[in-house]
Amino acid sequence: VFLSSSFFKLQNIPAISDGKHMGFAWGPGDILVYETRYKAPCILSQKDEDIYSPILRKLFNESHHIFVGLQTIREDLPSKINAQLVRKNPHSVFYSDIHFITLFSCTILTLICFLLKVSILLAIELIWNLCEVLFIDAAPAGSLLLHLLDWVRLHKADVDERASEVLQSESPAEHRDYWNVVVSYVLQGRLEEVRQMLVKQANLQPAARSMYKQMDTLLSKMPFYNPGGTQTLTEFDVKWRHWHEEVDRCLQDNSFASNRHLELICKILLGDEDTLLDHKELLGTWYHFLVTRLLFCHPTVKPTELHYYAQSCMTMFLDSRSVPEPLDNILLAAFEFDIHQVIKECSIALNNWWFVAHLTDLLDHCKLLQSHNLHFGSNLREFLLLEYASGLFTHHSLWQLAVDYFDHCPEFGRVYLELQIERVPLETERKALKVLRICEQRQMSEQVRSICKIMAMRALRNNRLGSALSWSIRAKDAAFATLISERFLQDYCAKGTFSDLDLIDNLGPAMLLSDRLTFLGKYREFHKLYGEKRFREAAKLLLSLMTAKIAPQSFWMTLLTDALPLLEQKEVMFLSLQEEDVEVTKVELLRLALARNLAQAIVKEGTVET
Amino acid sequence: MESINAKYVSQKISKTKWRPVSHSDLQLPEIFATGSWDNEDNRISIWSIGSNLSTSMEDGFEGDPQLICEHKHDGDVLDLQFLDQDRIVTASSTGAVTIFRHHQNSQTISVSQLWARAHRYPCDNAPCTGVVCSSPEIVTVGEDGRIVVFRADQEGVVRVIENADSSTIHAVTYLRTTEILTVNSIGQLKLWDFRQQSNSPSQILSLSGDRVPLHCVDRHPNQQHIVATGGQDGMLCVWDVRQGNTPFSLMEAHTAEMWEVHFHPTNPDHLFTCSEDGSLLHWETSSHSDMPSFLQGGRNSSMVSRSAMAPAGGKQPLISAWLSGDSSKGRLETTHMLPSQTLSVNSLDVLGPCLVCGTDGEAIFVNRQVPV
Repeated sequence: VFLSSSFFKLQNIPAISDGKHMGFAWGPGDILVYETRYKAPCILSQKDEDIYSPILRKLFNESHHIFVGLQTIREDLPSKINAQLVRKNPHSVFYSDIHFITLFSCTILTLICFLLKVSILLAIELIWNLCEVLFIDAAPAGSLLLHLLDWVRLHKADVDERASEVLQSESPAEHRDYWNVVVSYVLQGRLEEVRQMLVKQANLQPAARSMYKQMDTLLSKMPFYNPGGTQTLTEFDVKWRHWHEEVDRCLQDNSFASNRHLELICKILLGDEDTLLDHKELLGTWYHFLVTRLLFCHPTVKPTELHYYAQSCMTMFLDSRSVPEPLDNILLAAFEFDIHQVIKECSIALNNWWFVAHLTDLLDHCKLLQSHNLHFGSNLREFLLLEYASGLFTHHSLWQLAVDYFDHCPEFGRVYLELQIERVPLETERKALKVLRICEQRQMSEQVRSICKIMAMRALRNNRLGSALSWSIRAKDAAFATLISERFLQDYCAKGTFSDLDLIDNLGPAMLLSDRLTFLGKYREFHKLYGEKRFREAAKLLLSLMTAKIAPQSFWMTLLTDALPLLEQKEVMFLSLQEEDVEVTKVELLRLALARNLAQAIVKEGTVET
Repeated sequence: MESINAKYVSQKISKTKWRPVSHSDLQLPEIFATGSWDNEDNRISIWSIGSNLSTSMEDGFEGDPQLICEHKHDGDVLDLQFLDQDRIVTASSTGAVTIFRHHQNSQTISVSQLWARAHRYPCDNAPCTGVVCSSPEIVTVGEDGRIVVFRADQEGVVRVIENADSSTIHAVTYLRTTEILTVNSIGQLKLWDFRQQSNSPSQILSLSGDRVPLHCVDRHPNQQHIVATGGQDGMLCVWDVRQGNTPFSLMEAHTAEMWEVHFHPTNPDHLFTCSEDGSLLHWETSSHSDMPSFLQGGRNSSMVSRSAMAPAGGKQPLISAWLSGDSSKGRLETTHMLPSQTLSVNSLDVLGPCLVCGTDGEAIFVNRQVPV
């Protein structure tokens, strides 16, 4: 199966040796290229522009919204309500965006690409609606045909356009397209509109009034099954056969022989195959032919019988073209109620996982999918969602959508997310915060740590010590907080003053993150106390700093130097220590005396290590 | 809650702002600007929500906002403000500050002025995170911790406060015409007085306890000492900057970063916040804050007594409902304004009865009948 789900950039690849070929395999977001002797038939690879088109971006965002909504619907809601929720939105997605075409000047090639995209989108909607009708609504015989009629009418909008053109002309009944419109309406089973159109013709031909009246009666009497009514399917069938016989009689006794148009309509009402096939251009597609034929031959068709008719209709319709197109195969698989075949064919035909991923997810939620267990253990729905989301992750902006998809893949989603989320480039703090929030909400502590470290290092390189500290607090990274404190202390040693006082003065509980940081905060406090001439408290603090052993060794000299002026005033200082334990006081005195000695010795020797 | 429709715009929206309307006209806001982020080609765009006459429409919502014009923007749009009716100032992730001019007759946008490296590191660009203006003065702040003052139509910089902050400054707002307030990523509010020549703040306020980064700030429209902030933990704090170091009220608002907080400009009993968790909350205090306290009887007297603002002398200060000092929600009503399960709501703006917001789900929501 050929899939293209990521943007293909040209890169220099080292030369492949003689006689060998290049093979490749797609990965989530990248491609593995290798040397091989095997030569496969040529496969076209193309740039996947789908992700980048603005219209498709809207599609991706809207469908993401719907997807997330679908995941949180409670289990006990009937599947039909699920489908309603989804059905409410796709039309808005498709129609509003396709009709909102702003074609500024572009080359023919762009135009073709655009139209191709539009046609793909239309095809997707066609398939999607059919899947809803057949799989999710799962209408029984009787209603099935009505739903199929709706489906065909929805996707053949040009009839209304032509009709309005005809009706707005001066003399509608004489318009050259008049009969085409009438016949198109008949083919779609829109008999009310047919009758309204025929009235105009009848007014022009008073001589043929009785004939038109007869046709009008026939049209008005065609029974349509009413699912909500009291009539059973069998009763409807009987009634329909009566009507069918009546139409047949009209044809047999040449009631409409003088007017070829009315006779044509009569034949169509009987479901005559040859007549229908004569109007291939008006039908347009084999599935329209199928629905029309069913309408006028087998309105009580059962779902299980559908594929017989589908196959034969397709064969009859497509006699000139021998090979059906991918779309035809997909629709046929749908008529055969072969969900897996539909998904498989769609995966092959469409070069983006969007459609199959969402369709499979919807079907899975309606419990219609017996999941294949693929050999690496995850089921089909998850596989498709993972492929789709991985493709999204390669996009510079849509990666955020992918996160929710991974969340709802129970088996491998988390692993995929962990691998991908670290690759998101973090150009601004705001983006880093968003990525962090995603990781924190999912308890991905390793990724949190690594992202915070990247941002903290970057801040440190730019001398933004406050930012760096804020990142290490978020990651609760004591080691990094220590690093930052070292920077501060080095700055102090170098300049003699503290930089970024607003930060150090206001550390708050963050001070406790690392010993070094605590030391920094306390040391600054010591300076403040000294500056305010609160020598006793300053001395006490300095003492505790020395004894608590949180000062880095490189700083001991500085501490001792700070202690010097206080030692000179030691009489004043120690009066406040009366309440302390005598033994402790003795130890402290000893320590201070030693320190003083050491300081004096160093000063005397005149060798100070800088 | 009325239903509110999303307009998908194929770009992640980082900022939305209504174009100011002149109060005398009693017009409803019609035009808003948006900025995008995280795109290879970012843009600023101007949108219109159509005529003001459709008051009979259901749900206060008539049709989608229509794009009028747009212009390429270098870097993410990290902040956006209207300088006047025609000009928009943006703060970019490349560190640039740009003034765009909207030509109303031709419906185009052009770059009117550009300060390319307003915010920078010694060997790199630093994103400019916030901009606030009071025409013709523009004040910007950035990740480099500097505050820069510009004047529209003047080439150079008017004033720079180097090293204003050792961490990233996330947002800025005017307190008075010569005073601004900034919030940073170590949870501090700093007041800066431009009349002083020194490069240090006149006041620093912060929460005792954890230093949670603050992301947004807004001043009460009538009472200049009341300020609301929101931060990384989604808590809404209301501060009185005259009253010292701790906030007056702390309210749990969101489960993730709060990106923007706005007092309603004409009905300041209403406050709006939006967050990374995808919700947009409308806060409403129910009190009669414009009545002097001695006329308030019964229920409201308890609110008065908790407030630390005892009257001195004859003049009765106006007591704002926000400074109740009590985070109980009895007097506070909160409503969610968006359908649940949106991606992060990055920005909101409210003017009159109209609210606009933009999300990371590439959608814009407009509500034209906000109950204020």
